[in-house]
Amino acid sequence: MTISTSAFTFVRELVRAESAIVLEPGKEYLVESRLVPLARAAGHPDVDAYVAELSTRRTPSALKQVVEALTTNETSWFRDTDPYTTLRETILPELARNRPRKQLRVWAAACSSGQEPYSIVMTALDTPALAGWRVDVTATDLSEEMLERGRRGEYSQLEVNRGLPATTLVRHFERQGLSWRINQSIRDRVEFRHLNLTRPFPPMGQFDVVFLRNVLIYFDLPTKREVLQRVRQVLAPDGHLFLGAAEMTMGVDDAWERVPAGRSSVYRIREEQRTCVPW
Amino acid sequence: MRALVVDDSRAMRRIVTRILEDAGFDVLEAGDGQEALDVLETQETPPELACVDWNMPVMDGLTFINHVRQRPQWRATTLMMVTTESEQGQIVRALAAGAHEYLIKPFTGEAMVEKLDLLGLLPAPTGDLT
Repeated sequence: MTISTSAFTFVRELVRAESAIVLEPGKEYLVESRLVPLARAAGHPDVDAYVAELSTRRTPSALKQVVEALTTNETSWFRDTDPYTTLRETILPELARNRPRKQLRVWAAACSSGQEPYSIVMTALDTPALAGWRVDVTATDLSEEMLERGRRGEYSQLEVNRGLPATTLVRHFERQGLSWRINQSIRDRVEFRHLNLTRPFPPMGQFDVVFLRNVLIYFDLPTKREVLQRVRQVLAPDGHLFLGAAEMTMGVDDAWERVPAGRSSVYRIREEQRTCVPW
Repeated sequence: MRALVVDDSRAMRRIVTRILEDAGFDVLEAGDGQEALDVLETQETPPELACVDWNMPVMDGLTFINHVRQRPQWRATTLMMVTTESEQGQIVRALAAGAHEYLIKPFTGEAMVEKLDLLGLLPAPTGDLT
């Protein structure tokens, strides 16, 4: 699935006219990965069909949405801070009490260029209750290019400025030329895999924590519901789901309950909906 | 909250000042480390934050940080180095000298605000989005 040249040209001209940002050839993957959620939400099978309609109708609100999707800044490390504080101080210590095998599995479900899964690994390393534990993160995304960036774990100066404490930078990264590369020991804890959230999930095993942050906002209601139902199938009965601050399960998939945790909230599967026993 | 911006570039002081003012700070300015120490001496209570360039005439940022860390009455001031110096060893030196955070130029306003958030220097959010 790749975006056609004509669709890319249309989007490129639109973004240049509206934001002065120039999308050079080679940025097709960026355009595609950012527009897929919008295309799906508008009921189109792919980005080309979505752009074709966009170029005919030119609805101002839809055009604006496209420009915003493509001009959003790079992902931050420890995005929004609070979820990671909650993970370190509340969720991971609680799970540590209930996992005799000293292993945890976390899924970062829309990992983009890798900041989220690596932030999760660094958070686990900073959790005293997990000293000596094995924490594995599965990081998935729709874009192969993003997955490849994540696997390399190499970030520009501007990217490491975003939300990464300086002490963490010097501890877990190595300067390589003009960029910074996250250390091998952390890269080894993350497996990057291609996954389309809107399709049935491949076999992945069971996770203790799922990060599904700032993804559902791009989907229409039925798709949101399907995704949340599928996530329930791969989450441990006592596992936890993190959503973005503007997202919720209420009215979408009521098998979830929202639980206040630390300074944020997490979601758990309601007891009566839990289908299997904890491992 | 109050912040002290220490940079020999007036343009850079203006940029940092604007970001900090938007984040709710009252901002004091100084053009080098010595001037910054002089400003601190005049303050009844020290500012909560100082954003300090490294390379400046008269007194550089690292020397300024060393001076501040030796004065117990200024211990409450959070120190953030804001500089083009980007070598790993330089960052380690600044942190060892007592800098709490380190922001590498060039940076975006968002990056600076995120650093303030890490340092607990942003007002707590008033509403719950969820």
